[in-house]
Amino acid sequence: MSLLEVSALTVKAPDGRALLSEVSFEVEAGARLGLIGESGSGKSLTALAIMGLPPAGMTVSGSVVLDAPGLPRTQVVGAPERALNGLRGRAATVVFQEPLTALDPLAKVGRQLAEPLRRTRGLRGSPLRAAVLAALEEVRLPERVAGAYPHEISGGQRQRAAIAMALACEPALLIADEPTTALDVTVQAEVLALLDGLVSARRMALLFISHDLAVVARVTDRVVVLKEGLAVESGNLLDIVGEPRHPYTRDLVSSARRLDSALDWGAR
Amino acid sequence: MSRRRSATLAVGCVLAGVIVAVAVVSLFWTPFSPDDTSGGRLAPPGPPHLLGTDKLGRDLLTQLMIGARVALTAGIGSVALGGVIGVAAGLLAGFAVRWLDDTISALLDILIAFPTLLLAMLVVAAREASLGSAILAIGLAMSSIVARLTRVLVKRVLAQDYITASRTSGTSWPRVVAEHVLPNIWPTLLVNLALQLGLAVLAEASLSYLGLGTPPPNASWGRMLQEAQATVLTAPAGAIAPGVLLVVLVVGVNLIADGLRDVADPTRRARGSGSAVDPGSPAMGLDQGGSAVDLDPRRGP
Ligand SMILES: Nc1ncnc2c1ncn2[C@@H]1O[C@H](COP(=O)(O)OP(=O)(O)O)[C@@H](O)[C@H]1O
Ligand SMILES: [Mg+2]
Repeated sequence: MSLLEVSALTVKAPDGRALLSEVSFEVEAGARLGLIGESGSGKSLTALAIMGLPPAGMTVSGSVVLDAPGLPRTQVVGAPERALNGLRGRAATVVFQEPLTALDPLAKVGRQLAEPLRRTRGLRGSPLRAAVLAALEEVRLPERVAGAYPHEISGGQRQRAAIAMALACEPALLIADEPTTALDVTVQAEVLALLDGLVSARRMALLFISHDLAVVARVTDRVVVLKEGLAVESGNLLDIVGEPRHPYTRDLVSSARRLDSALDWGAR
Repeated sequence: MSRRRSATLAVGCVLAGVIVAVAVVSLFWTPFSPDDTSGGRLAPPGPPHLLGTDKLGRDLLTQLMIGARVALTAGIGSVALGGVIGVAAGLLAGFAVRWLDDTISALLDILIAFPTLLLAMLVVAAREASLGSAILAIGLAMSSIVARLTRVLVKRVLAQDYITASRTSGTSWPRVVAEHVLPNIWPTLLVNLALQLGLAVLAEASLSYLGLGTPPPNASWGRMLQEAQATVLTAPAGAIAPGVLLVVLVVGVNLIADGLRDVADPTRRARGSGSAVDPGSPAMGLDQGGSAVDLDPRRGP
């Protein structure tokens, strides 16, 4: 049985437009899946629908089943808020694209990090403070970050903090929604390596969302290609790159190739 | 910048503090009794009447001191009333389901469009001309403005990524509200309530000027202005003194509001002191000033 089973997931905007149409995929416990697609193809919407948090006014149909160890197997679509709330964080959680807006601007980083730690581990007082510092250490952030507001640290540090908050939930599945897109190129690689290492170490499943084939290739080899709300292709990344069937995938691959050869040429 | 801002706060506190001190002293001591008319009509400044007397022979300094108390009571009372009703209604609308939100919003729009002066006249007609009536009218008018602001703030915070992020990590709804929604709306609310306090003081003076406020023997600066109007050329102190005190209090309160804006918001506090990035004001514009409780008598209802 899969940890996450999405089948025929359809999301409609308030005006009836289908933003996601019949999307299906699975993620096994501890496995990884990449979700590739251009901006506006419905990647973030997929992540939110999995969490049972679609934007107000949208109608969701189809099926999203989360089956995490130690938690009741749950059909997310149409589930009551109370059932979902027990699931969020522990079955799955999300690292968002833009860490500046995903962190509360008026709460210090340490306090925001303490929130999930208190909930999952039942810590209070000085053990909680120690756990916050340990969690920061794990994502290679200095202690002083705990006392800083989000706007007082760099973009890369903010995303590390957001990753620490997500890991503190101890989720069975981590959904990373373009976690490095908002970052400088040099920082991107570091954050990606960090995420990769921590997910492996904790044997978490990973749903990695990106518009960038090269980035996805670094963390996973199984992908779903999303185009205007449709899953146009899915399977092994190497197969798809070698033999893209859908015209959109072909574009994706050839632009990645062009970039590659440009980089090669520059390196020479 | 933050130093300049805390200076703003300090100056505001000093100005408003002077008026508060005068009001507190008036509770225990005034040079004369407020209804003592033994001083003779329009006596010039000098002992024993430091600022002279008004046209009924009452001591001007005594009147001013009591006026300070009335002005502060009106300001604080109106903000307490308008704040409690307004914040409660605004929170209700902000979190409510669609139809309830629409209903409350429609009611607020009507209340906001309702002239405050007309509201005050109705309240006075139903009760009597008193400080309580003035506070009731000003507070009710203010509550609609505060409610609308609160509702917008709640809606705006609820649409922020950090609320969604917090919910994806399994934070319960009451906790999201307590830990993220309320802390993110209160700095703006606090600043607005401080601005409203200044406006309420002016509104009470206007109502009293029109005879809809505090009755004698308790003096209101607004009524003092009205009474001194006829003799402003022969006895200018009677008009100038309450006018100056009114300005001191309102400017002081507005400076406090301005200073609070920065003290209450860490993203503003740090700006200009070498923070890593400009946050693009994630805490939302704290810049919406107070929509005035408009009682300017020259413009009429
Ligand atoms: N809150 C919303 N209201 C209306 N439309 C939305 C909303 N959020 C996203 N959409 C639309 O849904 C589509 C997919 O958006 P999204 O999932 O954010 O794309 P991306 O793949 O870039 O993450 C876009 O066309 C976008 O305009
Ligand atoms: Mg997106």
